[in-house]
Amino acid sequence: MKDLRDTPLLVVEDLSKRYGARIGCVDVSFDLWPGEVLGIVGESGSGKSTLLSCLAGQLAPDTGRVLYQGHDTLEMGEPQRRTLARTDWAFVHQNPRDGLRMGVSAGGNVGERLMAVGARNYGAIREAATDWLGRVEIDATRIDDRPRQFSGGMQQRLQIARNLVTAPKLVFMDEPTGGLDVSVQARLLDLLRGLVRDMGLSVILVTHDLAVARLLADRLMVMQGGHVIEQGLTDQVLDDPQAPYTQLLVSSVLQV
Amino acid sequence: MSDQAYNFAYLDEATKRMIRRAILKGLAVPGYQVPFASREMPMPYGWGTGGVQVTAACLTPEDTLKVIDQGADDTTNAVSIRTFFERTAGVATTTQTAQASVIQTRHRIPEEPLRAGQILVYQVPIPEPLRFLEPRESETRKMHALEEYGLMHVKLYEDIARHGEISTAYAYPVRVEGRYVMDPSPIPKFDNPKLGNCPAIQLFGAGREQRIYALPPYCDVVSLDFEDHPFTPSKADHDCDLCGCATSYLDEVITDDQGGRMFVCSDTDFCETRRDAGHRGRLSPEETA
Repeated sequence: MKDLRDTPLLVVEDLSKRYGARIGCVDVSFDLWPGEVLGIVGESGSGKSTLLSCLAGQLAPDTGRVLYQGHDTLEMGEPQRRTLARTDWAFVHQNPRDGLRMGVSAGGNVGERLMAVGARNYGAIREAATDWLGRVEIDATRIDDRPRQFSGGMQQRLQIARNLVTAPKLVFMDEPTGGLDVSVQARLLDLLRGLVRDMGLSVILVTHDLAVARLLADRLMVMQGGHVIEQGLTDQVLDDPQAPYTQLLVSSVLQV
Repeated sequence: MSDQAYNFAYLDEATKRMIRRAILKGLAVPGYQVPFASREMPMPYGWGTGGVQVTAACLTPEDTLKVIDQGADDTTNAVSIRTFFERTAGVATTTQTAQASVIQTRHRIPEEPLRAGQILVYQVPIPEPLRFLEPRESETRKMHALEEYGLMHVKLYEDIARHGEISTAYAYPVRVEGRYVMDPSPIPKFDNPKLGNCPAIQLFGAGREQRIYALPPYCDVVSLDFEDHPFTPSKADHDCDLCGCATSYLDEVITDDQGGRMFVCSDTDFCETRRDAGHRGRLSPEETA
């Protein structure tokens, strides 16, 4: 048997998505290895989110292939893709309201993925939920509160707990720190970095915030107008940008 | 217009055929909600338009019809539907469960065990058990198709988290033949064990929502639960005050504004049959010599 660590977790080949005459993203190819965090940066409208949706199976790309552990996720049936999406994969939305059930308690939110894969023991589900609330620094006494009673930062942490409870291998993150104030962002980044290292997660992280990319990502892809214009190790891309657009992007970051 | 201007059992034959096709499909795929072209009926939605259409499609001139509303034969809904079919179909009607061949019911299963050859028709307000958790119809259909029923347990989880036990007391979700999760219509969960392995045919009609589903005889029906919080059918912890029955489902009736109350069988036919057989309860009138 081949060791999974010697093969890429996700292989993307020539992925393109167009909206009529407009370009979503064009000819994107990359490999993602187990335990690797890939940042996708670029300005609004550069095709980052289109690319992420195509990878996560929420949008059907026009051409190209996406191989997860050797299986083509575009060829496989919807049941298998949805099974993947709630076991091996996780998706952290920018707005926690898109990723949480706002009418269901925090414990129920965390337990949902467990119950979806067949957990039928209330005590065990509750224990797992309590454990995960602790890991994302939410007080265990809040387990029966609904997410709308939570602050924005707590909601985002709850969304992360809800996604990671089934120990996925691949996490898609769409601007996970967007809309949070700076100190809350810092805490969340700290937490994410710890979880990624501890669980050996592979992450595809879409962000327009270069600081977030610098902190979390091992490797960076810079997108502009639907094309990947530069990729490489994070420090290399940010400290020695080659493409004119990347140079502009890096130099437009405000220095405090 | 005279009553004779109506076709037998109100609906025209083409409509009945359409409904029968839906019923047959429902019986072939137990628990699956079959869409059908629900007609306007001469009664408001919520009064059993789905059940009435299913009953109309099932009735033959030889049938004997019983209509119950929350167990009772003598409340508005039951009386009006019974009269409706007396006038439009001219079928015999009864209040006795054993003598009926077709029983239309709202929110109860009769206490007396059903037998082979009988049809029990339920009136269903909202046929989709996942509706309050997932408002999108496109999504709930996909969840049924792919057997993604984890969400149903999220609802039960919420019950336990908030109330310490599964507090869902009616319309308690069931899984049919290990496949479809089904809303048994708002019957009390006390009645859930009677759904499974029943010799009679059980049909469910939702008029406004335009869905028909069915349980064929001797079907496997399991109420959803957790390993450490098993399903328990519940009833008021009393005996019937009129017939003394300790095992039937009870209605609580407020008798004065001093806190006085009595518990009586919700199934009126069952209670009367017992009283006729000489059973007496706490508040039975004294025997007149």
